[in-house]
Amino acid sequence: MIKKNDIIFSNLYGFKSPLIEEASKRGDWKDIKKIFKKTPVDIIDEITKSGLRGRGGAGFSTGMKWNFMPKGDKKQHYLVINADEGEPGTCKDRDIIRNEPHKLIEGCLIAGYAINASKCYIYIRGEFYNESIILQKAIDEAYKKGYLGKNCCGSSFDFDVFIHYGSGAYVCGEETALIESLEGKKGQPRLKPPFPANVGLYGMPTTVNNVETIAVVPTIMKRGYNWFSSLGTKNNSGSKIFCISGNVNNPCNVEEELGVPLKYLIQKYAGDVVGGWNNLLAIIPGGSSVPLLPKNMCEDVLMDFDSLKNLGTGLGTAGIIVINKQTSIVKVIARLSEFYKHESCGQCTPCREGTGWLMRMMERVVNNDVSRKEIELLEEVTRQIEGHTICALGDAAAWPIQGLLKHFKEDILKNVERKSKVA
Amino acid sequence: MVQIFIDGKAVEVEEGITIIQACEQAGVEIPRFCYHEKLSIAGNCRMCLVEMENSAKPVASCAMPVADGMKVKTNTEMVIKARKGVMEFLLINHPLDCPICDQGGECDLQDQAMAYGSGIGRYVEQKRAVKDKHLGPLIKTHMTRCIHCTRCIRFSEEIAGNDQLGTLNRGEDTEITSFLEKSIDSEMSANVIDLCPVGALTSKPYEYLARPWELKKTQSIDVFDAVGSNVRIDSKGDKILRVLPRINEEINDEWISDKTRFAYDGLNHQRIDRFYSRNADNKLTEDSTDNVFNILKDKIINVSKNKIASIVGNSLDCESIFAFKLFLDNLDAKNYECRQDDSYFIPNERSSYIFNSKISGIDESDVCILIGADIKKEAPVLSSRIRQRYVNFEKTYPIFRVGIESKTIFKTIELGSKSNSLRKLNEKKNKDILLKSKKPIFILGQGAMCSKDAEGIFNFSLELHNKFTSKTSWNGFNILQNYSGRVGALDLGFYNKKYTSNKSIKDDIYNEKFEILFLLSADEIDFDRIPDKTFVVYFGHHGDRAVKRADLVIPISCFTEKEGIYVNLEGRPQISRQVKLPLPSVDDFSVVLKKISKFVNINLGYSNPQELRELMLKNFNHISKVNNITESKLPKERKIKNAFLNSEITSSVNNFYMTDSVSRNSPVMSECSMNFYKT
Amino acid sequence: MGNNFKKIANEELQPDNFSFSNENLLKAKDIVKMYPKNYRESSIMPLLSMAQSQNDGWLPKKAIEYVSKFLNVPEMKVLEIATFYSMYNLSPVGKHHIEICTTSPCMLRGSDNLLEKLKNWIGINTGEITDDNKFSLNRVECLGACVNAPVVKINENYYEDLDLQSFEELINKLSNNKNVKMGPQSSRKGSEPKK
Repeated sequence: MIKKNDIIFSNLYGFKSPLIEEASKRGDWKDIKKIFKKTPVDIIDEITKSGLRGRGGAGFSTGMKWNFMPKGDKKQHYLVINADEGEPGTCKDRDIIRNEPHKLIEGCLIAGYAINASKCYIYIRGEFYNESIILQKAIDEAYKKGYLGKNCCGSSFDFDVFIHYGSGAYVCGEETALIESLEGKKGQPRLKPPFPANVGLYGMPTTVNNVETIAVVPTIMKRGYNWFSSLGTKNNSGSKIFCISGNVNNPCNVEEELGVPLKYLIQKYAGDVVGGWNNLLAIIPGGSSVPLLPKNMCEDVLMDFDSLKNLGTGLGTAGIIVINKQTSIVKVIARLSEFYKHESCGQCTPCREGTGWLMRMMERVVNNDVSRKEIELLEEVTRQIEGHTICALGDAAAWPIQGLLKHFKEDILKNVERKSKVA
Repeated sequence: MVQIFIDGKAVEVEEGITIIQACEQAGVEIPRFCYHEKLSIAGNCRMCLVEMENSAKPVASCAMPVADGMKVKTNTEMVIKARKGVMEFLLINHPLDCPICDQGGECDLQDQAMAYGSGIGRYVEQKRAVKDKHLGPLIKTHMTRCIHCTRCIRFSEEIAGNDQLGTLNRGEDTEITSFLEKSIDSEMSANVIDLCPVGALTSKPYEYLARPWELKKTQSIDVFDAVGSNVRIDSKGDKILRVLPRINEEINDEWISDKTRFAYDGLNHQRIDRFYSRNADNKLTEDSTDNVFNILKDKIINVSKNKIASIVGNSLDCESIFAFKLFLDNLDAKNYECRQDDSYFIPNERSSYIFNSKISGIDESDVCILIGADIKKEAPVLSSRIRQRYVNFEKTYPIFRVGIESKTIFKTIELGSKSNSLRKLNEKKNKDILLKSKKPIFILGQGAMCSKDAEGIFNFSLELHNKFTSKTSWNGFNILQNYSGRVGALDLGFYNKKYTSNKSIKDDIYNEKFEILFLLSADEIDFDRIPDKTFVVYFGHHGDRAVKRADLVIPISCFTEKEGIYVNLEGRPQISRQVKLPLPSVDDFSVVLKKISKFVNINLGYSNPQELRELMLKNFNHISKVNNITESKLPKERKIKNAFLNSEITSSVNNFYMTDSVSRNSPVMSECSMNFYKT
Repeated sequence: MGNNFKKIANEELQPDNFSFSNENLLKAKDIVKMYPKNYRESSIMPLLSMAQSQNDGWLPKKAIEYVSKFLNVPEMKVLEIATFYSMYNLSPVGKHHIEICTTSPCMLRGSDNLLEKLKNWIGINTGEITDDNKFSLNRVECLGACVNAPVVKINENYYEDLDLQSFEELINKLSNNKNVKMGPQSSRKGSEPKK
């Protein structure tokens, strides 16, 4: 598994100061002038070759995304950092922001240079107030050092970084909703096309990247794409921060190689499932939006994009929610239904109306106050939402329930029938 | 052009349009709620989903641009399922109150539910109830019915230029409202009633009055301003119940102003329905037709004909004006006038009083110069058209404005309020903008045309216009008329040349130059200044101002009780249709005149309204070209003295809701007036 | 979720006026400069947040009107933002505005129990404020600190790794105006695995 000197976020837990003095000792900003000698095309090329895939959930090739940005035009380009971390089960970006802010800022500069964006907005969720104060301090330090601002790092490139606070809307994690929000509107996802690379923030070419994605960029540039792609598995290169929460003895964040076995992660870092591995009921592997995996599928599953996709779920944000046998799985999913109902922006009919319907039906499933037919209806309603909305929130509301029914339908029905007999 | 395949059939369509538009052209119907061709694309209702090759998910056809070779399917299982799903979602929280909903029978949701709804509801949870919102005196809300299509918000923002509507909250708690439920302050507000695909926004005045299938629908035109908006007048029995816009892209698109829509109820109030004469005690009392006509005859016979003055009102049909002119010419009483406001024009020069670029010219224009035009109040529909131009120009469409402070629904470059301010157009930064323009439109409103500097402003503007358009055939020199009857009256020559320049017929009236004054629905002169000795004869349908002074009052039918031609501000003749019969014992003016002519022994040359119209069209050929505009050349520039009196250019409309005797008598307009003109 | 803080407060609670303090006025001018000149709407969110913290944690109508005027954007646009985003409160909150996360990862670690107990301790339900205005309580969705669950946010600060005992202690300290330590209430520094 990951070797100590391959760990990118050596200060993930904040044992050392996040500020520039300590950060420099960790290697931040060390090679920035060397990196600036490369052309933007070379940088994009290296990132593409490294195999880095977006760490925000979708897992799209970062190099390719940067390549979508128009080249040689005179328009203002924007880099927007998605620090609106809010996917239940996920809390990795928070650690990067408060403990490794200079990696993020350095990554912003490199990415900005690569896509010719002289302005960068970091959209941070408003709840991360204390974290953002540290981030702002780090930004100020970087300005002072000449890493940011006019002719940054002695180059002819100008680069400004601003922090923009969210104010409580999960949907703003969707990149076009985030752009809308930055423009001072309600966070309602935009219709695509046009895509942000062509018409993004303020109508200009824009790239939106997740905090973790950007924060690993400086290290890739320093150590080379070969190093990064040597970590992890094929097409799933590099390391990744995993968040292990729920019914484990020691919930924690940990950086590991992609492709690490789930069981290893839970047992090695999180002190195993509460009640032991055999007491495991299911896990949600990638933040609340992906379908769950029952225990039998958890035994030897590897934690990477493709392995999880093959099992009908996804790596998502790598927020692993562990559920043991003492917990009502229905209740866990019902709570997520409430979450999605609360976070639906209200734009598209299926999501606006469907998430409420799902929530109400799930409440009744929790109470075993449903019929067999209604369980079928529940599933049908998820299918009626899925794929019919502008953004993926509709899907995200549907999939947890689909996962639940796929693996636990019989248990639910048993409970329902038991209740109806008692009654 | 690109080729796309819709349900396997190849279709050639323009580039840049969306799938839903392509389907429309191919005759394939796509259900929709949020999509509206005149509004921006929201893509939120998800009803218009279609299947597209190489897309795993169905796509919103309203938002997806066509691409060459695209293969679209509109009737597959995937599509039908998606639509049925959306329909079910729309219905779960929609009340089943169609029987008591005013939208019933003309509801998009009801119609689509017939096609995509299931017979049985599967939703057994608590339904959502939403508090109704106060949006003002015209729009009734039933917000539980709202399906959140946001058409109303988009209309307000994009076309009405009103930023009061928006949403509260999010998700299923989303509610549409105005800021703290303030009344929507817009002359175009009620168009959201038509746009609302369900019964969430309905008409307050029309509330619970009728079902659509009970209504007689008359295709007519509006006469409350000079735009000539196309309308449908819905009536039941003898009552007009509502007025709706008809689509005419050349004129009003599919919008009408709130006055056009709601002032009709004034037709039911304060109507003159019998004959009156002033008795010995100087009291106006009811009298018999014969008595009144006999008094009139005596007066006419015993007066020198140049002692007769005649004025026609602002909203009359051509036939009435023409008949009156026949009568007066026959009498040789040629002191007549149609301009109670003394608005400037050049006799026999049609282009000096019409909107030469046509309304649709606004869409092509690249600069707009508003001179004394309070267009938001004078012609809200045109104001919205300019706003659309402005919005489509990405808000960089330059609009200059001269005139006293007034609200606009677009950003303007303010030049000042006096006639001299016009000269600022020659300043470099402004001139540079004009020099770049290929199609400027000048809009001279009645604030300018009724000012002391009218002639100067006219000539100055014309010269400027010609300078910037000398190399093209573009004619963007426009007069913004306020009244539906004005262009027709000027076309028919209802004026006396001696009253065209600086001298007003009103001065002669006030200075006792006349013994008899005929007022044909002319309500806008200063009745207090009419000398006591002058014998005033008033023909009209509303007795608000004139009757207090009139010596004889003769009732005539109003515009919905007869058919007549109106020429709009572009110079476009259109036919206003009869909706209902006149009140008992009230005749059309041409019939009244015919009777009077018998008393005074005049042959008018027609025996019924049909013959009257034929006679008129024979004399004025261009009016016969109904719905078409006969173009006219701009007058030659005149050498003018360059000094303006530098008068203040005011607004010609004080209160949008009360501009004539009908709207002044409309309870709905009074309520609006109280709401929006509180000061 | 019974979030009554999203309802516009009654007239009697609404102040007559609102304007930025001198200090905030300077900040506001800097905020506006962060965004392109013709996109003044971008400043709505940061200015509302500033107005809210200046006004003891909630936004009166006057503040919405003030921000609208300050930025020259329509009032309705500002109200839309204030009601769409969950962090804006439109009615008064307590001195300690407690927002307890009850989304699944916190629920799995006992947040429901914490909430029930908390209601007893401070004597109010979610969406309510205590009579002495000391506490107000709200349930919120995922706060993004799941490996330190259960998590409670009080005003700006997170309190993590809570259990009944540490939570009760925390609330007691707050109600007795004693200093409290933010972050994990366990022996952990942050999100690290237990040694």
